[in-house]
Amino acid sequence: MTSLTQPETATVTARGPKSGREAMWGEVRAGVLRLLGNPLATIGLVIIGLLILIAIFAPVIAPFDPVAQSLSRALQPPSDVHWFGTDEYGRDIFSRVIYGSRITLYIVFLVTITVSPIGLLIGTVAGYFGGWIDAVLMRITDIFLSFPSLILALAFVAVLGPSLQNAILAIALTNWPSIARLARAETLTVRNSDYVAAAKLQGASAARIILRQIVPMCMSSVIVRSTLNMAGVILTAAGLGFLGLGAQPPTPEWGAMTSTGRRYMLDYWWLVTTPGLAIVIVSLAFNLFGDGLRDVLDSRSE
Amino acid sequence: MALVVANRNRARRRGLGLVGVLRTLASYAVTLCGLLVLTFFIGRIMPVDPVTAVVGIEADREAYMRVYYQLGLDQPVYVQFWRYITTIASGDLGNAFLTGRPVIQDIARVFPATVELATAAIIVGAGLGVPLGVWAAASRGRLVDQVVRFITLTGYATPIFWLAMMALLIFYGWLGWVGGGGRLEIYYEGIVPVRTGFITIDSILAGEWEIFRSVLRHLVLPATLLGYNSMAYITRMTRSFMLDQLNQEYIITARVKGLSQRDVLWKHAFRNIRVQLVTIVALAYGGLLEGAVLIETVFAWPGFGQYLTNNLMAGDMNAAMGCVLLVGIIFISLNLISDLLYQVFDPRTRP
Repeated sequence: MTSLTQPETATVTARGPKSGREAMWGEVRAGVLRLLGNPLATIGLVIIGLLILIAIFAPVIAPFDPVAQSLSRALQPPSDVHWFGTDEYGRDIFSRVIYGSRITLYIVFLVTITVSPIGLLIGTVAGYFGGWIDAVLMRITDIFLSFPSLILALAFVAVLGPSLQNAILAIALTNWPSIARLARAETLTVRNSDYVAAAKLQGASAARIILRQIVPMCMSSVIVRSTLNMAGVILTAAGLGFLGLGAQPPTPEWGAMTSTGRRYMLDYWWLVTTPGLAIVIVSLAFNLFGDGLRDVLDSRSE
Repeated sequence: MALVVANRNRARRRGLGLVGVLRTLASYAVTLCGLLVLTFFIGRIMPVDPVTAVVGIEADREAYMRVYYQLGLDQPVYVQFWRYITTIASGDLGNAFLTGRPVIQDIARVFPATVELATAAIIVGAGLGVPLGVWAAASRGRLVDQVVRFITLTGYATPIFWLAMMALLIFYGWLGWVGGGGRLEIYYEGIVPVRTGFITIDSILAGEWEIFRSVLRHLVLPATLLGYNSMAYITRMTRSFMLDQLNQEYIITARVKGLSQRDVLWKHAFRNIRVQLVTIVALAYGGLLEGAVLIETVFAWPGFGQYLTNNLMAGDMNAAMGCVLLVGIIFISLNLISDLLYQVFDPRTRP
C-alpha cells in the first residue's frame, strides 16, 4: 500500500507481483486457467472430483449394504431396484461399485503420499551429491526399474501374503523409482545454478539447500509424474485384485469384483462389466488430468 | 549440428563406441547382480519362515529340519547368498513343487506359448502404433491428433484383464467368431508333434491346416488385445519422436524444396527416428510380459504368465522366484540391447 505513494515502485507493482508469494499465486491462477482451457484435462478433473464426492457420500448414495448377502436375489440382471444387477450372493453391484471408490482412493492416496516424498528425497540426494552416492542410489533404482511393476508387486505380495495392505506396500515399493529418477534429473539441471551457489555461499547446509532450494524446483514435475502414476497404481491394484492377491472378498474392490464375476461371466455379463468400467473411467480421469497438468506445469514437454 | 555429427569419422566413431559399449555392459552387469540380491532378498530373507513356505504348516519336525538344512538356513546370510548365486549360475533354479520337475525345464516348456502370443501382439502394436503416431504428429493439434491422444490414453487406462473378458464375452460368448480359452480346440490338443514349441509353426510344419486355423482363431483375440496395450505406448513415443524431427530445419528445407507431405514424413523425418523406434518396440516387447500374466489368466493360455500365477497361488516360491528372476533378466537384456543399438546407430549418444 505504501508503495503506491512512490511513483517508481508504483509502476513496478502495476506490472509485476509484489512478493514471492503473490508471484506464486499469480502463476497458480494462470495455470488453473490454462488447465481449465484444456477440455480433456477438465473432464479428468471433474471425474476425480466426482469420485471423491462419491467416496465421501457412499453410505448416502448406495441403496444397499455392499456386503449384505441375499441368496434369493442372486444373479439378477440390471433393473429399477438393482441398477447394475446383483452378484452371485445377491449383493447389489451398484452399491458395491460405489463403495469400491473408497478403496480405490485409499490405495491411490496411501501409495502417493508414501512414494512421492521417498522418491523425491532419494532423487534429490543422488543428484545433489553426485559421485558414489549417486552411483549407488541410481543402481538400486535401476534394479527396481528393471522389473515390470506388476511382476515385482506379485513377488512381494506372494511373500507378504495377499491382503489390501500388502498390495499397497508392494505397489509403493515398485513405484518410487520413477519419481526418484525424475527428481534426480531435475536436480542435475539446477544443481549448478547461481541461486544454489548463492545459498551455499551464505553457509546453508546441504540438507537446507536440498529442502529449500532444490526440492521446490522438482515439485512441478514430481506432481505431474505422481498424477500419471496414480492411473498406473489403480491398474496395478486392480490387476492384483483380479489375480486374487490384492483386496480379499468380500471387500468391494473393483479388481477383485471382476475376478469373482469371471466365473459367471458368459451367462451373467453384468457381474464384470460395471466394476471394470469404473476402473477404466477413474484411471482414464487420472491420465487425462495428469496429461493436462503436464502441459501446464512442465514447459518443456512440447 | 546434425550435419557435423553425421560427418564424423567412421573409425573414430567405432573406437569411442567400443568404450561406450564396454561401459554399458559393465553397468548392466552391476544391475544384474543387484537383481540377484533382490530376488534372494524376496525369496529367502523376507518370508517369516521360508521352510514353512516349502513344507507347509503341518510338516513334522524331521521334514522341517531336513528342508531347513537343505535351504542352508543354518549358514550365515552371505554363505546362503553365495550358494544361491552359484546354483543359479549353473542354470539350476531348483525344483518346482507342483510339477516335481526342475523349474528351468518347466519354464522352457511354457515359454514358447508366451513368446508366440507376445510376438503376434507386438506385430499388431507396432503395425498400428507407428503409422498412428506419424499421422498424429503430422496433424498436430488438429482433430486427428486429439482422437489419437484419446485412443492412446484409453489404451493406458483400460485394465487389460477386463478388456479381455469383455472381448471374450462379445466375440466368443455372443458372436462366436473366435475360439475361447487355450491355444487351440481341445480335441486338437497333442496331435501336432512339438518341434519349435510355437504351435503356429509346428502346425504348418506338420501340414495340419485345420489345426493351424484353429490356432489362429484362438490367437487373434489375446494377441490383438495385448497389442492394443503396447500400441498406446508405441503411438505416443512415435508421435513425440516425429515432432522432434518435424521441428528441425532440414524439414523446412525439404518443404521449401517442394517435397510432398508424404516424402517429408516418411523419407526424411521417419528415417531419422528408426533407431529410436526399434528401441521403443524392444522395450514394449518386454512390457508385454506384464500384460501376458493377466491376459493368460483370462484366456487360459498355457504360458509363462499362467505358470507364474499358478505357482504364486500355490505358494511355490522356488518356481515363482525363478520366473521373477527370468523376467528381470529378460528386461535387463532388452534394455541392454536397446542401449547398445542406440550407441551403435545414434552418434549423438556417444561421449
